[in-house]
Amino acid sequence: MMDNYRIRKIKDRLMRILVWSSLIIAMIPLFSILLDVFVNGARAIDMDFFLLPTPTVGEKGGIANAIQGTLITLGLASIIGVPIGIMSGIFLSEYHDSKLSQPVRFINDVLSGFPSIVVGIFGYVLIVSVIGFSVIAAAFSLAIIMIPIVTRTTEESLRMVPVAIREAALALGIRRWKTIIFIVLKGARKGVITGILLALARIAGESAPVLVTMGYWRWWFSGLNRPASNIALNIYLFAISPFENWRTLAWGSALFLILMILGISILVRVLTRGKYEW
Amino acid sequence: MKSKTSFSKIVYLKAKIEGDEIFRLVSALFALATILLVGLMVYELTRGSWLSLQKFGLWFIMGTSWDPVFTLNFGALPLILGTLTTSAIALAMGVPISIGIGLLLSEYIPKRLGFFVSFMVELLAAIPSVIYGLWGIFVLIPFLRNNVYPYIQAVLGSLPLFSGPIYGGGVLTAGIVLAIMIIPIISSVSRDVLSAVPHSQREAVISLGATKWETCKIVMSYAKPGVIGAIILGLGRAIGETMAVTMLIGNKFKVLPSSFFDAWYTMAAIIANEFTEATSDVYVSALIHVGLTLFLISLIVNVIARLIVWRTLRLVKGVSRG
Repeated sequence: MMDNYRIRKIKDRLMRILVWSSLIIAMIPLFSILLDVFVNGARAIDMDFFLLPTPTVGEKGGIANAIQGTLITLGLASIIGVPIGIMSGIFLSEYHDSKLSQPVRFINDVLSGFPSIVVGIFGYVLIVSVIGFSVIAAAFSLAIIMIPIVTRTTEESLRMVPVAIREAALALGIRRWKTIIFIVLKGARKGVITGILLALARIAGESAPVLVTMGYWRWWFSGLNRPASNIALNIYLFAISPFENWRTLAWGSALFLILMILGISILVRVLTRGKYEW
Repeated sequence: MKSKTSFSKIVYLKAKIEGDEIFRLVSALFALATILLVGLMVYELTRGSWLSLQKFGLWFIMGTSWDPVFTLNFGALPLILGTLTTSAIALAMGVPISIGIGLLLSEYIPKRLGFFVSFMVELLAAIPSVIYGLWGIFVLIPFLRNNVYPYIQAVLGSLPLFSGPIYGGGVLTAGIVLAIMIIPIISSVSRDVLSAVPHSQREAVISLGATKWETCKIVMSYAKPGVIGAIILGLGRAIGETMAVTMLIGNKFKVLPSSFFDAWYTMAAIIANEFTEATSDVYVSALIHVGLTLFLISLIVNVIARLIVWRTLRLVKGVSRG
């Protein structure tokens, strides 16, 4: 009897250790990646890094054109994706009794798990095969990746606005659509902005869909119907290249990208403090 | 009579224009757009792979040759096998760790600390795939090649799976990185379903004198379908992962690799690696066909996973309410 109790206790201790060590094992690659990116990236970053475009072999250069191209592509993607995301978020939250809402929510969940390369190929067949490799095609594909993220966070944050506020507005004779836009949406703007930021952080790091819709571009932005340079895609091309100066730029770009994404996720944490558990 | 109805219609329309019906309709249209988008995706991918579909038909997924230069014969079986194998390796290594983290978050540590821990785990998901690839090439591969694989081979080298030359990159390396990449999704979803188990279940077991681990076992068996759903979601991620895999797996088209250390290919990797260099129409079409196959596989996996997770969450919540 006593032995049985001891075995159970030992087992309990052992599992406690295992559960904690699973966390430690998962943290090792995280810290290794962050450390390597910071150490190697810091070496690559100087003034030229921010001011010069992609160099040719052996020359000095930077990622200025990639920063420009990425900002333009992300901007256009947001213009396409954010309104769709917010409107469907509004629909799911404010008209949740509709028959449509359950399928839409489900499709959104499924869409968020889709491989981004498939979304890229969709953009290729739909747009690239008509107008060629272009910022438009890349932005379209990235917008599709944004939509489920924005939709979901918009819905969640709108739902957190108390029903009493809607009722109060309606009781004052304010139309429902005005209530939704000027009162409910305004009250939930922090959450909506959070969603947009999260989506931007996600697509800033996407390189697979950019590769198949925009291809590789070493120069400055020269029109929406032509390719532009992209930070995430550059990391791939620089990393697999044999040139020393490109590999250095790969680490520098990685540091730039990670700082951008970390900055966004910390901002999101601050915005949503105490609101969401995750 | 007729004019009267049209007049009332106008009044009705005006009321609509002023307001709510239209807004409702517009937002419904936007919401519908996501559903249409998925439909359009199926159509466009089919259209893009039409040449290949005509030439190889459904046998495409059983074909084992990939010759873009001479015969223009394409088949995806090795790619599908590559995707499934790397994903299986990722699950074998990632699932125990993820469930451990899920349990830690839901059962072992207080909420305040859990907030911080989940932020750290979430960071793993925030790191872009391409940076995993970069880190894999310059840090992980040299480390595995020099410090890990030789020892594995010394112990298990008699098995064909672990024999042969060690390049550094290859099937096992890709699997390891995939395992790291799927930890966040599996641990976060399993934490959700484990936390959703009603407290009465835990209290009942504890009152019978159960240890913490025995309580965990009960909680896990209660949330089992949800945890399985979480694992399938992780599988979905592993199947679609592109850049990190294409940078680490070695990108060689072969029916079967000679060992875990050998180079291979996955569906996503071949698209990323060859798409921009594809010259002939059939070649491009075959690559899109691979994309269509990947789309269908991940659609099935994701739909199954979401259905399971949804049902569990609803079931568990329903019980706790009642």
